[in-house]
Amino acid sequence: MSDEFRPNIIGFACQWCAYQSADLAGTLKYEYPSTIKLIRVPCSGRVDSAFVLEALALGVDGVFVAGCPEAECHYRFGNRIAKIRTAMLRNILPEFGIESARLRFEHVSSSDAVKFVEFAKEFDKQIRKLGPTPLRGDKHE
Amino acid sequence: MNRIAFYLASGCSGCEMSFLDLSERLLDVMDGLEVVWAAPLLMDSKYHDLAELEDRYIDVAFIEGGIKLDEQEEIVRLLRKKSKVLVAFGVCATSGGIPGLSNFHSREEVFETVYRKSVTVDNPDGVYPQTTTLLNGKYELTLPTFYERVVPIDRIVEVDYYVGGCPPHYDHVAKVLEVLKKEPPEKGSWITSGRAVCDVCPRNPVPKGEKIKMMDSVKRVLEIPSDDSCLLEQGFLCFGPASQGDCRAACINVNMSCRGCGGPMPSAGDYGAKVIDFISSLIEKDGVVDEISRAYPSLARLIYAYTLPSALIPGRVRKYHVREVD
Repeated sequence: MSDEFRPNIIGFACQWCAYQSADLAGTLKYEYPSTIKLIRVPCSGRVDSAFVLEALALGVDGVFVAGCPEAECHYRFGNRIAKIRTAMLRNILPEFGIESARLRFEHVSSSDAVKFVEFAKEFDKQIRKLGPTPLRGDKHE
Repeated sequence: MNRIAFYLASGCSGCEMSFLDLSERLLDVMDGLEVVWAAPLLMDSKYHDLAELEDRYIDVAFIEGGIKLDEQEEIVRLLRKKSKVLVAFGVCATSGGIPGLSNFHSREEVFETVYRKSVTVDNPDGVYPQTTTLLNGKYELTLPTFYERVVPIDRIVEVDYYVGGCPPHYDHVAKVLEVLKKEPPEKGSWITSGRAVCDVCPRNPVPKGEKIKMMDSVKRVLEIPSDDSCLLEQGFLCFGPASQGDCRAACINVNMSCRGCGGPMPSAGDYGAKVIDFISSLIEKDGVVDEISRAYPSLARLIYAYTLPSALIPGRVRKYHVREVD
């Protein structure tokens, strides 16, 4: 077990776009960081604030919600709700002593595997820079 | 049910006052009830009186306030042993309440503000309360230990019934006593009408056959509502949809938006998360979120004003400032 910090990142991915693009990235043999664990959700608007807060409370270092591009939601405006919800959560997180950069919303199209991979790499880098979350019991995995 | 007890933990005694607010109805409501132990407010009962009672002697014990001191924890545990039914009475006991906001600060910060920095405090030597001190070299005096965080009582002992409200409306208090006397619900449940504040609110557009409109701008509490339409539509952050409406929308009837003192709807879970959920579904434009953060610079303290200790993240997790890498 090395001493290097290995983040634990949860991504809530919409089944119509972000999850599809991650799938496509796999088919195209693109690599994205293995620290990211994707959870498939029917729509990014389904991701309650409680899901995000619970993930952070359990000691996850970073959380992202990925939804369809603007105006392309399969349920008309789920991605808009998710985007605004994430923005509001980012506003309150610093009061709890958690950096708002640990939470992100991203629009990903189902055919845009490159964008998903780039976003995943960048988010992983950002969380590595931030270091382990203060809520994490064991500082090293 | 005929023997009841009251205990004031980390609360303000407002919930007990709510009993007295029943005024002449108090006599009917308390008919056949005997207060066997109450401290420190309603009666002059002592802690050793409680310890001397038989186990399960008290039929219903009402506890008001969360737990902040080890003394409170000890008495609450003792009350649990001595009573058949334990009721978390008021939002402080169920979810932490206003004293729970101190979870956003460490114990050192609280002590520094209360015993040193407040303008009305003169403490040049920086004397802080200690748990034990020796007086005249021979008398050992003790004070309760001050915990780092407020916790709701259901984290300490098993709670049979929950009653929200800061304080509970006196009509609701009468109803609670009636329910406990006649047909108590399943253990572990909230005693509530089960209706949200919106359900009893006169400003709710849905019973009038209209749809709720999106929030276009944000208004602060000190602004005056323009008409009789829903406060959320007008841009006030009203927490009615997630809060219990046993208060009969008392605040909204006087043009004040709901702050959620009734406690979360029993199905809501984390109250602040639910507030964010419904507000985000009422916003269409991105700019409104920035407006909210400008109008309410410490939004978490507002949405968790009554329920922080029972939240998923029950307080600040880091002691000092926050690093930002963005």
